[in-house]
Amino acid sequence: MSEKLGTESRSEQTGDEKQDTQEKEAVVPERAEEVKLKAKYPNLGQKPGGSDFLMKRLQKGQKYFDSGDYNMAKAKMKNKQLPSAGPDKNLVTGDHIPTPQDLPQRKSSLVTSKLAG
Amino acid sequence: ELHHFWGTRWQWRGWWHEGVEDDSVGESDIISTVEFNHTGELLATGDKGGRVVIFQREQESKNQPHRRGEYNVYSTFQSHEPEFDYLKSLEIEEKINKIRWLPQQNAAYFLLSTNDKTVKLWKVSERDKRPEGYNLKDEDGRLRDPSMITMLRVPVLRPMDLMVEATPRRVFANAHTYHINSISVNSDYETYMSADDLRINLWNFEITNQSFNIVDIKPANMEELTEVITAAEFHPHHCNTFVYSSSKGTIRLCDMRASALCDRHSKFFEEPEDPSNRSFFSEIISSISDVKFSHSGRYIMTRDYLTVKVWDLNMENRPIETYQVHDYLRSKLCSLYENDCIFDKFECVWNGSDSVIMTGSYNNFFRMFDRNTKRDVTLEASRENSKPRAILKPRKVCVGGKRRKDEISVDSLDFSKKILHTAWHPSENIIAVAATNNLYIFQDKVN
Repeated sequence: MSEKLGTESRSEQTGDEKQDTQEKEAVVPERAEEVKLKAKYPNLGQKPGGSDFLMKRLQKGQKYFDSGDYNMAKAKMKNKQLPSAGPDKNLVTGDHIPTPQDLPQRKSSLVTSKLAG
Repeated sequence: ELHHFWGTRWQWRGWWHEGVEDDSVGESDIISTVEFNHTGELLATGDKGGRVVIFQREQESKNQPHRRGEYNVYSTFQSHEPEFDYLKSLEIEEKINKIRWLPQQNAAYFLLSTNDKTVKLWKVSERDKRPEGYNLKDEDGRLRDPSMITMLRVPVLRPMDLMVEATPRRVFANAHTYHINSISVNSDYETYMSADDLRINLWNFEITNQSFNIVDIKPANMEELTEVITAAEFHPHHCNTFVYSSSKGTIRLCDMRASALCDRHSKFFEEPEDPSNRSFFSEIISSISDVKFSHSGRYIMTRDYLTVKVWDLNMENRPIETYQVHDYLRSKLCSLYENDCIFDKFECVWNGSDSVIMTGSYNNFFRMFDRNTKRDVTLEASRENSKPRAILKPRKVCVGGKRRKDEISVDSLDFSKKILHTAWHPSENIIAVAATNNLYIFQDKVN
């Protein structure tokens, strides 16, 4: 709920000085959530604020079909199947080769807004 | 049992919705920005489809005093179209990121609207007369045979049904490599700024082919990139001062008199972090999604994922007030990271007297905090709970233990129903709340 001045640290909120640091870690919900996330994605980088992460944010993740990339990747893979597009938080541009099936349908602009009734 | 919050009851006054009753939401109908003009007479909304809809408040009439100031559609137009940047293989969304009004200086209204790349100045004006009696064409517009004209007449202006037209007066393009997140009109009313992830540009309203770059945080080597600009705003009275917030939870105040390029800040606002709280999520949830000056110009308010903070411009080392918006989400950060909700950008607003602040949350909830009494309330913007003239009931999220009858548990919250955009009338207790494709306008009930 609302606090008057600054933020209270977690230790003040729990108010129990007898807890040792190990217990405190378990009590801090953020840490518990971090443990959960790392268990699910063991390859997750240590620092989420790194330049890869921000670069992805800058590009907004839009990718378009490049026939050159596609054909080269096909040649490389030979008989293997191309990896299909899926949600991947640590995507580095250039590694993922979009296929024609992956592309979002380009939407047409609508003329009237229904908001206007 | 009704609960009155600080003596003001919030009443459903009207809502407009797009789409059909079966709740299927067209992507392009999602409202992406809401803004009152300086008098509160007009309310503009922008949506993902690039359209702007402006509502106008009805004049109060003595005949129908109970219909005090309802908002009706005044004008609607297509502001931005989708574009394609062939060089970078990027689709440029037509979604309106921000609308900002200019103060009214004549009969017409002016507003700025922006998508990711281009800012446009729109003029909205009324026409209630039209010229009639041309010599060279008849009333239908068909050209008359000049040889048949034997008499000269003077065209006259005759009244017609009111028509509201929106025309693009300026287009400010090609100045942003990255995505524009903010625009802000300067108090000099001659200039405005536009901010993207790495740069902030200063424009003169009259000049579209040039803009001054006033902030550039792009590193020489992009691999050294550690933070991006998330929001920016001019001081309400001092035309030389502006602030911008970052993805690392910091705010910089800059003075344009100090130098042409404001890469060196005048003030740097950052709250010291408790190292025992540090986790993988710390930086992400500290990213500031919105920054707003108070009307007085003495304070700034910032919104990060879980809190709203009020800072005194004279104190850089910590905020003077911190309000928990939905702290119960701290134990849900893992799944919120997985479904990308942790990156949602919530906005925050001041009321006219800077005594109350408001921001949105999930499940169509929005929160208000009274800075004086320290009381807060959670309200819901939903059709099911809003009948005409009905008073909003405060809502409560149950965080553990026994759930009471009208409480909702954290696990039952609908994270697809997020209230990112809200607006508060500049002088009255009227608020506009955008819930996906629905716009709600609430007003306090005066006895």
